Amino acid sequence: MPLEKKEFKPKIVAFCCNWCSYAGADLAGSSRLTYPADVKIIRVPCSCRVNPMFILRAFEKGADGVIMCGCHPGDCHYSTGNYYARRRMTLLFSMLDYIGVESGRTRVEWVSAAEGVKFSETMNSFVEKIYSLGENVRLGDLRCKN
Amino acid sequence: MQELINRAKELLADGTVARVLGWKAGDLPYNPEPAYFETAEALEDFVYNGFCGANLSKYMIEASKMEGKTMVCLKPCDTYSFMQLIKEHRVDREKAYIAGVGCKGKLDIEKIRARGIRGIESIEGAELTDDAETLKIQTIYGEKSLAYADGMLERCHVCKGKEHVIFDEQIGESKETKDAERFGEVERIESLSPEEKFSYFQSELGKCIRCNACRNVCPACSCRKCVFDSNKFDSSQKANVDSFEEKMFHIIRAFHVAGRCTDCGECSRVCPQGIPLHLFNRKFIKDIDELYGEYQAGADIDSKAPLTDYTFEDAEPSIVGKRG
Repeated sequence: MPLEKKEFKPKIVAFCCNWCSYAGADLAGSSRLTYPADVKIIRVPCSCRVNPMFILRAFEKGADGVIMCGCHPGDCHYSTGNYYARRRMTLLFSMLDYIGVESGRTRVEWVSAAEGVKFSETMNSFVEKIYSLGENVRLGDLRCKN
Repeated sequence: MQELINRAKELLADGTVARVLGWKAGDLPYNPEPAYFETAEALEDFVYNGFCGANLSKYMIEASKMEGKTMVCLKPCDTYSFMQLIKEHRVDREKAYIAGVGCKGKLDIEKIRARGIRGIESIEGAELTDDAETLKIQTIYGEKSLAYADGMLERCHVCKGKEHVIFDEQIGESKETKDAERFGEVERIESLSPEEKFSYFQSELGKCIRCNACRNVCPACSCRKCVFDSNKFDSSQKANVDSFEEKMFHIIRAFHVAGRCTDCGECSRVCPQGIPLHLFNRKFIKDIDELYGEYQAGADIDSKAPLTDYTFEDAEPSIVGKRG
């Protein structure tokens, strides 16, 4: 049987904060805006909850791109969570870029509960970017690939 | 060295300190090891020479729990680590009598071996008292000589300076050894393409045997319970299963000390596989310097670590792609 090359379907993990971005995703849904089904949303209590290990694990388990969404700086439900998250993610993403995981595969966006449109636009553009970058072969556990 | 031993004997004799934390001669001329000395007789084995690269500040965590004061010998760069540990309330300043020892650059036996010098019987010129210009090495194949700077550890070529940031007394003289750019290698890697960066780190980290030496020696890595020891975490206490685990261990290790790492270079010094682990820590330091203002961990007692601080105007994470 000849080996057929499977069509590339990206896997994208989106960490969304409970108070803004998850509600933003909800609004995108109830406003009937579309975004690709390749995006898998994981709800976290705050963007600050995202441990660097989560991002690395997501890549390990086969994610081709990871995006983190939180409240706009200044609007955090817990006052300061996203400020810390912003510094951490900047350093982590810079490190991932340094070891050869393209910077396009990681993104942070601030999406408020009123920005359903922004959520859908962000996800569409991110998925497009991942399509152009192709499969992530650098940080994945090969056993997790289909 | 004799000055240091005499001073240690005095302090032991008058009861100022209960023990001395220093280095003891190893079984080979180039492997002195950290040791406690409690009597004047024991101090006969004390050595301090160019191979005493070990940073003793982490031992003070343990020594802070012991009865009485400990005289600890700290080189200029080690005092940064000690200051950082005081800041994090991991050591007790009152339990330490800090002898700030001079430093003329520390030697790396692997660098000497890489020059084809094998079968070493004795080494001359690595003492604290001489001018530290050339090493005369007696080997089983005859006498060899080597410029001191060629045998120096990488961290000494990018030395932070020979000032002790904290001390009770300074003993011995120092000599400036900085002759390279601290971020030179990091910048070289940053300028590579993603494929090249990845293959570079793949080849370096592929050598990792997960002995955890880099973690255990690190003065900033001093949690009582480490995430890598948790048995709920599937990569604890075992070798890396795949290339992902190698990278994850080193990224997370460096991330956990980001903003607290003083760049003492112990991780690279102890790595049995010769992986340049400082490149991870230094990348974080470079980013912190560029994005949040220059910061040297351990340089002072009251500044806030960059990852525990923030401003409204901080750079957005998208800067990573824009910097190119």
